[in-house]
Amino acid sequence: MLARAQRRPASLQIAIYIFSALWLIMAAFPFVWTVWGSFKVELDFFSISDWTFALTGERTTAEYGRPFTGTGYNGAWVKEEFWRNVVNTFIVCFFVVCTSLTIGTLGGYALSRSGYRYTFFLLITALIFRAMPPVTLVAGYMLPFFEWNLWGILPTTIIVLVAINQPFTLWMLHSFFQNIPKELDESAKVDGCTQFQAFRHVIIPVMWPGVITTGLFSFLLAYNDFAVTAMLLSEENRTMVPQIAAFLGTTYTEGNVMFAVSAVVSATVPLFILVMFFQRQIVSGLVAGAVKG
Amino acid sequence: MRHRTFFWFFLPTALAMLLFIAFPIVSVITQSIFAPHSAVLIEVETCTPLVGCTNETKIDQDATRALRQEQPLGRFVGLEIFKDRGHLAITEVNEIWVQSRSLTDFFIGLGNLPFYRAIAFTLTFTFVVTPFVIFLGLIIALTVNALHDRLKGLVIFFSLLPFVITPLIGALVLFWMIDSRGILGSFIQWLFADPDLSLKASTGLMWMALLVYGVWHAAPFAFVIFYAGLQTLPMDQIEAAQIDGATRFQQVRYVVIPHIMPLVTFVALIQIMDNFRVFEPIVGFNAAAHAQSVSWFIFNDLQGETRQLSSASASSVLTIIGVAILLSPVLVRTWQDFKGKT
Repeated sequence: MLARAQRRPASLQIAIYIFSALWLIMAAFPFVWTVWGSFKVELDFFSISDWTFALTGERTTAEYGRPFTGTGYNGAWVKEEFWRNVVNTFIVCFFVVCTSLTIGTLGGYALSRSGYRYTFFLLITALIFRAMPPVTLVAGYMLPFFEWNLWGILPTTIIVLVAINQPFTLWMLHSFFQNIPKELDESAKVDGCTQFQAFRHVIIPVMWPGVITTGLFSFLLAYNDFAVTAMLLSEENRTMVPQIAAFLGTTYTEGNVMFAVSAVVSATVPLFILVMFFQRQIVSGLVAGAVKG
Repeated sequence: MRHRTFFWFFLPTALAMLLFIAFPIVSVITQSIFAPHSAVLIEVETCTPLVGCTNETKIDQDATRALRQEQPLGRFVGLEIFKDRGHLAITEVNEIWVQSRSLTDFFIGLGNLPFYRAIAFTLTFTFVVTPFVIFLGLIIALTVNALHDRLKGLVIFFSLLPFVITPLIGALVLFWMIDSRGILGSFIQWLFADPDLSLKASTGLMWMALLVYGVWHAAPFAFVIFYAGLQTLPMDQIEAAQIDGATRFQQVRYVVIPHIMPLVTFVALIQIMDNFRVFEPIVGFNAAAHAQSVSWFIFNDLQGETRQLSSASASSVLTIIGVAILLSPVLVRTWQDFKGKT
């Protein structure tokens, strides 16, 4: 029960509701608007004469007899074969998440269990690497990748993304591992386990929540990347985000902006589902970084 | 853990970072002091009967190719690329310094040099967006914390969307609304009663839009962190403050804010790192004519048929130095903490 002194005055309570509603609109409205608009023709969504056309779908009705049309989606997915980019994105994300979790858990575990001085320097190096914009490294990849014919293919991009994600993954897993008592692996070792067996059979089973959270962030980093994928993938191997950027280049001139709008909405859907199911993990991951970092 | 075991556990991740982060840095530095070979020219004498002989300069394709094959890095130029007009522009800056009568004059002159323009935008973005993100995040956290439990979940769900969204996509979603033919664009035109007002035509409006995007994208991050901090608020201190007659504002100012201060530092650090690499919104907003960031500058050099690796590398090296300068206070403090502990 709230004490009388803690009860809020009505004016403050109203202000709180108004502000929350405002923020909710700021955060969600752009997405709602774009999803709604993606089912219209360009002259409605980008209306020169009257912005309410985007709501009513005046031109869309004139053209297709209904206020909604899937032409944008048809154009993007069928005509421009956007599904290829979707497949590429999921291949890249899957392998990036698996690889970076495998090598990241090993490294993060070692960092959290070793008391020597060098762990500090390794973590600081990781922090410096984390601070560098990924695009600064791209110029360094180009020449060797061209020379060895590694440019343009998915595996190269996957490894590069894994490496770029490592500093972040290490920090996050390191902080999760530190929350697991050291006595756990020590008792396993007393029972005759090697360090690796203790890690594999004792620590990892209790680490799952941390591993899943870190995996989510690795996924987001790989999914959201633009600088590296745009520079390192050839045209036929493009993932979604560089493909959307490529749509922009061509469609502003051809008048097919709706292709890009539909592609953008399509690329948002997986993220929406992710937040829906893993909201708790995302929040806990952000907080874990803050408390230890 | 023994050194040996540590080594084997850490080897895979160390290899990944060594090969794809440390080596590229070395290779970027090397490339920045080499320039591509210029074509080898030869003089060919062509003689036509009756007209006579003319000397013609031609590109010797074979020799050029051979030279490029032999030394793929190019020719050594030292710090020349850093000094040229596209980067630090030493000569131009000197001229501007000599010619300008006041400091303002000097800065306006600097603004005409592409690299300085990019730095100016990047720094403005970093140091405007970061405080706004912290401020807005704190207010959202305080309001949401006061909401009913059922509503909290809903608000957190929608708040996370701008944060997890792909930066390029988030930028596009906002851009299409702020575009002169979009809903917000129409609203702005109506607000200022100026039907010709357009994002594409106005540098000031474009900068504003980019800054708004930056705050919109990162505020949820600050909000979530601060919100978690508010859950561990010491209730006894709040109560003590209330007994002493502190107003609500004073409670926030003297109890809540000191409690979450370490989190504010954390958010500021992460935000400075992330905002310094601002890049996607410039592509999404199609803003290159009005605002360029350092990252966009590098990307632009790498793009297209003529990949200007040397120029991009020089910009990269300068960016890395910039990051190091920004990060140095943090590093120094961490080092002092560490030395204090051992």
